[in-house]
Amino acid sequence: MIAAIIRRAILLGIPLLYGSTGEIVTEKSGHLNLGIPGIMYVGGISGVIGAFLYEQACGNNVENMNAVLAILIPFLCSVVGSMLMGLIYSFLTVTLRANQNVTGLALTTFGIGIGNFFGGSLIKLTNSEMPSIVLTKTSGFYSVTLPFADDLGWFGEIFLSHEFLTYLAVIVALVVSFVLNRTRVGLNLRAVGENPATADAAGINVTKYKYLATCIGSAIAGLGGLQYVMVYTDGVWSNDAFGDRGWLAIALVIFALWKPTMAIFGSFLFGALCNIHNYIDGLGVATQELFKMLPYVVTVSVLVITSMRKKREHQPPESLGLPYFREER
Amino acid sequence: MREQVVRKHHHEPLMHIAKRDDMAWWKAWLIRLAAVLIALLFVGVISVILNGGVFFETYGTMFRGAFGRLGSGSTRLLWKFLQETAILLGISLAVTPAFKMKFWNCGAEGQALIGGLMSAICMMKLSDSLPYPLLLVVTVITSVAAGAVWGVIPAIFKAYYKTNETLFTLMMNYIAMQLVAYYAYVNAIPAGSGQIQSIDTGHLPVIGGQAYLLNILVITVLTVVMAIYLKYSKHGYEIAVVGESQNTARYIGINVKKVIIRTMLISGAVCGLIGCLLVAGTDHSVNANTVGGLGFTAIMVSWLGQFNPGIMIIMSALIVFLDSGAAKVADTFYLNGSYADIVAGIVILFVVGCEFFIRYTVKFRHAQKEVDA
Repeated sequence: MIAAIIRRAILLGIPLLYGSTGEIVTEKSGHLNLGIPGIMYVGGISGVIGAFLYEQACGNNVENMNAVLAILIPFLCSVVGSMLMGLIYSFLTVTLRANQNVTGLALTTFGIGIGNFFGGSLIKLTNSEMPSIVLTKTSGFYSVTLPFADDLGWFGEIFLSHEFLTYLAVIVALVVSFVLNRTRVGLNLRAVGENPATADAAGINVTKYKYLATCIGSAIAGLGGLQYVMVYTDGVWSNDAFGDRGWLAIALVIFALWKPTMAIFGSFLFGALCNIHNYIDGLGVATQELFKMLPYVVTVSVLVITSMRKKREHQPPESLGLPYFREER
Repeated sequence: MREQVVRKHHHEPLMHIAKRDDMAWWKAWLIRLAAVLIALLFVGVISVILNGGVFFETYGTMFRGAFGRLGSGSTRLLWKFLQETAILLGISLAVTPAFKMKFWNCGAEGQALIGGLMSAICMMKLSDSLPYPLLLVVTVITSVAAGAVWGVIPAIFKAYYKTNETLFTLMMNYIAMQLVAYYAYVNAIPAGSGQIQSIDTGHLPVIGGQAYLLNILVITVLTVVMAIYLKYSKHGYEIAVVGESQNTARYIGINVKKVIIRTMLISGAVCGLIGCLLVAGTDHSVNANTVGGLGFTAIMVSWLGQFNPGIMIIMSALIVFLDSGAAKVADTFYLNGSYADIVAGIVILFVVGCEFFIRYTVKFRHAQKEVDA
């Protein structure tokens, strides 16, 4: 029972982990990308389009499908789609110095629009009765788990029973953490986020770092959308189903104090908080709605407490949200 | 050959960007207009690719979608257009004082929603015990107060502990939404449906037989008041100074904490009022989607309107036009309804981007050379 709850929490937390790892990378360069919810939609729908086309090309027959291609095509589509969104964001905010909040919010409107539009159009193409696209075959390839996990009891269920995108999320978070804290590239990136003028004077290519951080961050975040469609919903895309998980991912960044390793545990905790109302007996539907508030309340508390304690290493990047213009004094 | 050597020696970049002096207002507006037109052309091309329709048909359909067939004397869609513009403008006005102070109030959605929730509660619970005029007063006051409280909580923490307000206000939205969802389950009409379908009592009065006229009038007054408040009052001046530089504000003896808290009280209160107009004035019901993302759109309107209530009228009208127009295009050409979001997104991104050409100028190396020579 407990093992099942934990497994479920991890499954629910993974889209948030992808989203917040991506957002951390972006925020470390000093850009508050509020477009993440839209980017995650685009990541999801790009993967769906890739999978849809591949399934069509194989005549909707599992036997014609190659496992490597079935995984690789949606994966690459998702990465390319969300990177394009990241590129739009960085072109506007870095090169054109547009306001980050406005650009991000517009990108979220745009991205959710793209997701639902292509989702709706594909649904129409399939002529299905249900308002959703079913990609069970591709999802089948994404849901392969280790064969011996079931034999190992609770240990197997908690640690070994997951799909590869789950492990990938944790690995990506660990790699990002390593790069940020232990390498020169990470040091440079943090310098850009803290004080771009100083970084610029030290010979760091500020523009390049900002562009790369935003695009790579977006690509990571987009995978969260892919995981949601291919694993969590077993390959069923329905419009607006992804909901406000993107905003939760941004909340998680604060909760994790801009540390990807903290985000790993934070995402599992958020997953559990999002789901806890299903496991407490005797809750009415009304009280369940109150319980869904928990992740947000927890985030606000963390935000308040960290700002009250004023510990230097727990603060957001110094120039987060501020545009950088080299020739401005 | 020789030229190349000289260039290498100088290491001059191909181009560089410089800040412009203030551009003539009509030039700036030409650029913005051009941005909107280019964006619309772009949208038109996309529409043709998607639906294979005739290029110009798209725009005609958009116009009909926003205003209806005015020639045939039908004003239903026109009223709807005015109502939606008014509500969007109202929320944009609400966030503007905060933005001018560089306080990123991303919580208008929640502040308006909590105001609407309080309206709904007053309409349902107090209509038996209070006479109608008193009920109206109580409804408006509680809604405004609720919005103000929702807005001032992040402001207090910002003023005293520098808590990041963008994220705080963002989170407050979802807390408000869940509260509404909770309340809708508890007090569902009809009972057990999980929704508040329609509240029969405590509606705001209808003026002149037009359901939307009251909202439009209230927001017209609000626009004028806000324009005066921002431009001519002492408070407005303090907001501008705090927004430019908190250090300067402190130096000239402005109590920065007080200004932040007071401004967010006002910002939240106006949001609460709009929530009240939405719930008690038009919808007569409340759900988590009552504000429907307008709180976020308002941020863009306020920014694109450069915190100027006059320009914000145009911007809200533009966005509502795009939204309802694109919805009609989607409907006519059997596209998905989310087409409207894409259109709005594209136009906003273009307009946000074009500000660059108003504020900066790109100087190329060749131009520089000629000047030197």
